Amino acid sequence: MAGLDRRFIGWGAGAFALLLAILGPLALLGKFTTLEFAYVWAFAIAIVGLNLLIGFTGQISLGNSAFMAVSGYCTAILVTRAGWSPLATIPVAAGLATLGGVLIGIPALKLKGLYLGLATFALAFSVPSIIRYARFDSFTGGSQGIFITGAGKDPFGLVDSGQLTSEQWLYYLALVLLVAFFLFTRAVLRSDVGRALRSIRDGETVAVAHGVNLTYYKTLAFALSALMAGVAGSLDAMATSYVGPDSFDINVAFALLVGAAVGGLGTQVGPILGAVFSVWAPIYTQRGIFKSSPAIVFGLFLILLMYFMPQGAVGGFYRLLGLRDRIRARLVAAPVGPTSPQPTPADPPPHPRPDP
Amino acid sequence: MPLLELENVTASYGAVKALHDISLNVAEGSVVAMLGANGAGKTTTLRAISGTVKVVGSIRFDDRPITGLAPEEVARRGIAHVPEGRGILAQMTVLENLQMGACLRRDRAGIKADLDRIFGYFPWMSGRTGSTAALLSGGEQQMLALARALMMKPRLLLLDEPSLGLAPTVVRSIFDIIARINREEGVTILLVEQNAKLALRAAKHAYVLEVGEIAVSGSGQELVRNESVRKSYLGY
Amino acid sequence: MATELFLAASFQGLIQQLVFGIATGGLFASLALALVLIYRAMETLNFAQGEMATFTTFIAFTLLTSLHLPYWLVFPVTVALAIVLGVLVERVIIRPVERAPVLTLVLVTIGLFGIFNGLMGIIWGYVVRPFPSPLPTTPILLGGVGISYQDVGLIAVSTVVLVLVWLFFTRTRVGLMMRASALYPEVSRLLGVRVGWMLALGWGLAAGVGAVSGMLVAPIEVLDPNMMQSILLYAFTAAVLGGLDSPVGAVVGGLAVGVILALVGTYIPGAGELRVAFGFLVIILVLVFKPGGFFGRVQVERV
Repeated sequence: MAGLDRRFIGWGAGAFALLLAILGPLALLGKFTTLEFAYVWAFAIAIVGLNLLIGFTGQISLGNSAFMAVSGYCTAILVTRAGWSPLATIPVAAGLATLGGVLIGIPALKLKGLYLGLATFALAFSVPSIIRYARFDSFTGGSQGIFITGAGKDPFGLVDSGQLTSEQWLYYLALVLLVAFFLFTRAVLRSDVGRALRSIRDGETVAVAHGVNLTYYKTLAFALSALMAGVAGSLDAMATSYVGPDSFDINVAFALLVGAAVGGLGTQVGPILGAVFSVWAPIYTQRGIFKSSPAIVFGLFLILLMYFMPQGAVGGFYRLLGLRDRIRARLVAAPVGPTSPQPTPADPPPHPRPDP
Repeated sequence: MPLLELENVTASYGAVKALHDISLNVAEGSVVAMLGANGAGKTTTLRAISGTVKVVGSIRFDDRPITGLAPEEVARRGIAHVPEGRGILAQMTVLENLQMGACLRRDRAGIKADLDRIFGYFPWMSGRTGSTAALLSGGEQQMLALARALMMKPRLLLLDEPSLGLAPTVVRSIFDIIARINREEGVTILLVEQNAKLALRAAKHAYVLEVGEIAVSGSGQELVRNESVRKSYLGY
Repeated sequence: MATELFLAASFQGLIQQLVFGIATGGLFASLALALVLIYRAMETLNFAQGEMATFTTFIAFTLLTSLHLPYWLVFPVTVALAIVLGVLVERVIIRPVERAPVLTLVLVTIGLFGIFNGLMGIIWGYVVRPFPSPLPTTPILLGGVGISYQDVGLIAVSTVVLVLVWLFFTRTRVGLMMRASALYPEVSRLLGVRVGWMLALGWGLAAGVGAVSGMLVAPIEVLDPNMMQSILLYAFTAAVLGGLDSPVGAVVGGLAVGVILALVGTYIPGAGELRVAFGFLVIILVLVFKPGGFFGRVQVERV
């Protein structure tokens, strides 16, 4: 397929999907499903951010749920204690989350690969216990969390006047923000910044040799992904009308990661599909024998994915269409599956490999 | 019937062919040398035999095919490969290296006897069993690698450039030991060497590789008298 | 007189906390050792180590309570089953991605985390259960200080297990082969070692050691699928502190973490709840400032 045809189809499909998404709540979806999809869009924003960090900059971060917690609680506190309108809290909450991202970015500069994954895993894991810390109780409501009344209200009075249900309001708010961040990320990735980020992913030493400022770009990647996680966290708080110490625990961190991987790391559309999976898979699997364990579905999916389609759904789709070269330029150099050419044990080092 | 037979063996590293359709034999109990310049394919040939490199063609050991076997399986058939660079277990002690040579064996008395015999070949080793292998000199490391291979009680010993980086006196003693091993224990030896003079002196039969193909083959004496071999590899 | 009593009491308290710290330290050391074993073998962290340990502890629970087998039988049987489980997991699940890049392996072990956690939920449910302890609950009096049987038992068992593992690696043939395979896989192959199976055995041993730590924790905490999660974090902390590739480091790190947590928890008010965050802090500080830990070597990044 010629490049122009491809793009046309891509945009066309996107526009069609967007149209469906806009019409959905008005015509097709019931109240509950609308809210579920509000979650999906919110989650997708977080995954777009995570994908930017892992898939395009090559930084293994398992802890973006921590940024969601910061912004989720910020929204909850501002709405319940200071009477803010939920929408207004988003910039502040997301801003705080971004700050958190920058702070985490600093030590992260020195950590690579597995170690970064471990450190961020530890961060995500310690979030619930930090929230539970007794001294913070006046802020956080301790173990009981914060119930956010009026979380689903908009500042324009649409919900109050009955023109929109609060579910619809949240749905469209999340959708608008998702589209905005999707386009924003797309622009970033197509710019020089995006090129720098990818070069870091593909090999830091080479990137530095080409004059890429690692500190700046890595911190930027962390900040942007934290920003998007922050927006998602606020939306999540609004949609649930509640935040608690376990609202943003390690399971959320895993769900983000699984969503990013399933959708396709290093693709731009992947995060959206991944969000659909992460939110809906547990719901579907609550029936039947998997009653109490969405974890097992995530786990199985993740492992099978790594075996057969490490590029995720969208990445695999691109591959099927024979867009190999495009993938090679864009995808994480990382996940290699049994389908990819493995270096045979035969490949000799040019020099006897110095055993460590 | 030769102990080792290679027939029409081609080996590639990715797109680059390192061995083109080579065939060679090694008779049991003999010492065979492979000469050639850097990059000629000598090391690749040894790798092909030990299974470290995948090949197309036929490799038979003791009249049984070993093409395509994993290196650990080839080793279990009785082929000990001392690789380029010696491959000693640097962070482990001399004794542990030797023990690893015997790691597949269960006959404790036999292992003990072999250790004593090894210490006979290399007297210095018995006093340094606790030393970390990385601290040994180049010559000592080569001897350790050789000793470790002997602990495997192999039928065929593949030696990749045993003289590399060693002083002439050390090299001479190593070659003396190689000759002893062959004589006293009947171990068949396939020896890759850049030092053609030493190799031809030690070997009964030799092959000369050039750019992945066998250019000349013959007995040690024949090759010494061969004019092109003399000019290219013996320097006179 | 009153001062003397006060000092005696706080000294007593200190000893008790130290013993408790060492006991929990032994626990962290065991799980940390399991993590280090796998890290040395394939330079990856098994994020599912804790879940596998809990899983085998549940099996022990079933053997104890449903089959009513005696504790002295259940303990070794569970460890044996755990070893088999570890080998199976490596051969079936890890093997296809043995040579894959870091991210893939991280995702696979996280997937394992989910699978084991989910399996436990399905088979046993998320109900919290008490785990029967073979030890009496009355305290022992040592020179006037009361120490629980639990703590002594923990220290004793951890020590025995760690010594056995050390002996295995340093004194046995297979242990030697495993060490060589981890450090020098290609050369080991040339010596006839089936390196793949050595890796599987490494996973098996790690699972076995994990099972021990699980069975040691269960009588103290209650048994539920999430039991080992915070312990896993402390084990990571211990492993990082000691150096991810150092078994000695894992043990020393474990003891250090155990003692520090016990002391901090007692003497700094309210800090008890922040222990997990403390673990995170230690991890990030050590990784940034002393990446090789205190006993390990700095690793070149695996590409």
